[in-house]
Amino acid sequence: MKIPADLKYTEDHEWVKVDGDIATVGITDFAQGELGDVVFVEIETEGEELDKGETFGTVEAVKTVSDLFMPVGGEVTEVNEALEDEPEIVNKDPYGKGWMVKIKFNDSSELDDLLSPDDYKKMIEA
Amino acid sequence: MKLTALNEIHKREGAKMVEFAGYEMPVEYSGIKDEHLAVRNSAGVFDVSHMGEFWIKGPHALDLVKKISSNDPTVLKPGQAQYSCMPNGKGGIVDDFLIYCFSPEKFMLVVNASNIEKDWNWIESQNEFGAEMENSSDEISLLAVQGPKATEILQKLTTVKLSDIRFYTFETGSIAAVDDVIISATGYTGAGGFELYFENKHAEKVWNAIFEAGKEFDIKPAGLGARDTLRLEMGFCLYGNDIDDKTSPIEAGLGWITKFNNGRQFVDRDFLMMQKKEGITRRLRGFVLKERGIPRKGYQIVNSEGNQIGEVTSGSISPVLNKGIGLGYVAKEYSAFASPVWIKVRNKNIPAEIVKLPFI
Repeated sequence: MKIPADLKYTEDHEWVKVDGDIATVGITDFAQGELGDVVFVEIETEGEELDKGETFGTVEAVKTVSDLFMPVGGEVTEVNEALEDEPEIVNKDPYGKGWMVKIKFNDSSELDDLLSPDDYKKMIEA
Repeated sequence: MKLTALNEIHKREGAKMVEFAGYEMPVEYSGIKDEHLAVRNSAGVFDVSHMGEFWIKGPHALDLVKKISSNDPTVLKPGQAQYSCMPNGKGGIVDDFLIYCFSPEKFMLVVNASNIEKDWNWIESQNEFGAEMENSSDEISLLAVQGPKATEILQKLTTVKLSDIRFYTFETGSIAAVDDVIISATGYTGAGGFELYFENKHAEKVWNAIFEAGKEFDIKPAGLGARDTLRLEMGFCLYGNDIDDKTSPIEAGLGWITKFNNGRQFVDRDFLMMQKKEGITRRLRGFVLKERGIPRKGYQIVNSEGNQIGEVTSGSISPVLNKGIGLGYVAKEYSAFASPVWIKVRNKNIPAEIVKLPFI
């Protein structure tokens, strides 16, 4: 299972890549494996300002549905439109083409609460 | 947790294992959709050894079976199988099950894994006849080899002429040099194929032989996940979801396996006869979502005003139709085919239509 070293993680199995004041967010390899075949990703919060922990969308897999949570507060500035036609890229390339949203965050101190790759690895192995 | 005889093989195949009915079972290997389509288009193999097998034997075997069964086992000839329900004496269902007739004095009942103990106790409580009962659930392995290529694949492993085994009949014969395999033309997928019952000690041998024979057809191991989506596409009931202790076979659309002929006395006969004659207030129906969404168990079914008229009991995406499909109980006035209903998916009411089963 892949846990790239250059990303931050959440307890909800999302990954966060920080670039300036923009955080790109997706779900981890572990998460996509647990969900199984992703059937669609529903994100209707583009342009909205949401707090950390709020739901920004849902992932529907064949077996189950899972909410997506804001890892940091801010504005959802972009949604990965490729997921509309090809949701299965979340399974195939969770850290690359399967990214979900970009968030323009307000408070960079919220990033401090995110997990390091090691901490995330420990969490899922616990 | 109990293990089937194939537990190590599943893990070696990379299956995701889950606890189900007290067993550690494979839920998926290559992915639910992939396994689902393999079964629809070619062939797949399910280890369903967690299912329960009871033998009912002796001169009073038929007396017991015909008392506990909603379907009429008196019509069965040796070599025939039948789908049936056990009414629970209170208008609900103890379990749904298969009856295999070996002789008028020897029947095998195949029951759901989650209900083995409950069924055993129930059948025992109804056994005023002194029929012999034997629980072989822990000794028998069961593989479901399903799909349009299943017959061709299995034919390589046996001299029994498989194309002569008609739907819902069975023969006992040798498969992969293992004797006394019950070869049953049954299944829970609607894709055709066979279910094979044999002693646990032969499990790896039979499994390996099937995969060797099926290689050219790209046969795949399939888990409980695909088993669920396959049965749902056919509109087959799942005990614990679509039927349970509180639903009657008539409400569940299982009137076709509730037989009142020949004056046969069976548990709940009078109640079910009344339901059949006087009608019911709710009915299990299939529905298809007309917009994107996936219905899930427990979601509300609502009318155009948003008032609840029923509840989803099973739901998924259909890998064949690529649409959300489901089963649920709906109030009678909304149960006609083509009736518009809405499924409450989180905060949205998604339009759906009541349809005839199967979905595909």
